[in-house]
Amino acid sequence: MGIAAHALWTLIHGMAFGGLYLLACSGALVGLYQLTASSTPFTSTPAQERFMRVYLITMVVLAWAAVLSGAYVIYPWYRASPPPGAVDLSMFPRQLLMSSPAMMSWHSVGMEWKEHVAWFAPISITMVAVVFIRYGHDLRNHRQLRSAVLIFCLASLVAAGIATFFGAMINKYAPVQGGGTVLLSHGKANKYARQFPLR
Amino acid sequence: MLDNSLSGNTPVLTNGSGAAAILSAAIGCFVLATLAILGDHSALIKGGLVFYKPTGPLSGVSTVAILCWLVSWAILEWRWQKKTVPAGRINATALVLLVLSLILTFPPVGDLF
Repeated sequence: MGIAAHALWTLIHGMAFGGLYLLACSGALVGLYQLTASSTPFTSTPAQERFMRVYLITMVVLAWAAVLSGAYVIYPWYRASPPPGAVDLSMFPRQLLMSSPAMMSWHSVGMEWKEHVAWFAPISITMVAVVFIRYGHDLRNHRQLRSAVLIFCLASLVAAGIATFFGAMINKYAPVQGGGTVLLSHGKANKYARQFPLR
Repeated sequence: MLDNSLSGNTPVLTNGSGAAAILSAAIGCFVLATLAILGDHSALIKGGLVFYKPTGPLSGVSTVAILCWLVSWAILEWRWQKKTVPAGRINATALVLLVLSLILTFPPVGDLF
C-alpha cells in the first residue's frame, strides 16, 4: 500500500492537523463555557483547569501546524506553474482548476478564501489559550472577557470549518500529486492474484 | 470598573491583560484581511509581499499580519497589564474588526474594492 509523498503531506495537513483541530473546537467551546460561565452551578477543580490548559495548548499547536504546513509545504505544490505548452495539468492543481470554467470558482473563491481565513484560527485560539491560562476560573468574574473568548473560539471554528471544507473539495477535484511514492505497507500477493496476474 | 455584575464575585485580576489579547487578535485578523485585498489590487504591493517565492504573496500577508498582531499585543499588554479598562467598548471594537475581517477575506467582497 503506497501513497504519493505530496498526497501524504496533504493528508497530514488536512486530517491530522486541520481535522483534529476542527473536532477539538466544539470540545473547547463546551469546556470553556462550563469552566467560566458564572451562571452555571458547575465549579471547576484545579485538575479540570489543568486539563483545559493542556487541551487549549494542544489546539494552538494543531492550528499553527495546520496553517504553516498548508502555506509552506502544500500551497507551493498547489500553485506551481506548468511549463509552457503543457497539456497534462494533473500535477498543477491551480492551473487544472483554472482551465475549466466549471471548476474555476474552486480556486477563485474557495482557495482564495481558504488561504486567508485559515490564519484566523491560530490567531484566535492562541489568544483564547493565553487568556484562559492567565485568568483561569477568574474569567467567571469578567463577563465581557469571557464572552469575547467564547466568540473568538467560535470564530476560530468557523474559520477552520471554511478552510477544511474548501481544502477537502479542492483536493477532490484537483488533488496535489507527485513527490515519489511512500510505501505504507508491503502487500503480499494472495492466491487469486497469483492465479490471475495483471498483464 | 469591575465587570462582575453576574457573579457578584470580585475579580482577582484586572481585565487589561485580557482586553489587550482580545483587541490585538482582532487587529491581526483585520490587517491580514486588509493586506489580502491590497495585494489583490496593487501589483506593487503584491510584489512586495512575496517573502517566500513558492508561497507567493500569502507569505508576506501572513507574516506582516502576525507581526502586527504580536507587536500590538506587546504594546497593549505593556499599557494595560495592570489596569481596568472599558472592556465592553474594547470587545465591541474587537468584534467589529473580527466580523469585518471574515467578510473582507471572502473573495467576492474583496473584489468590490
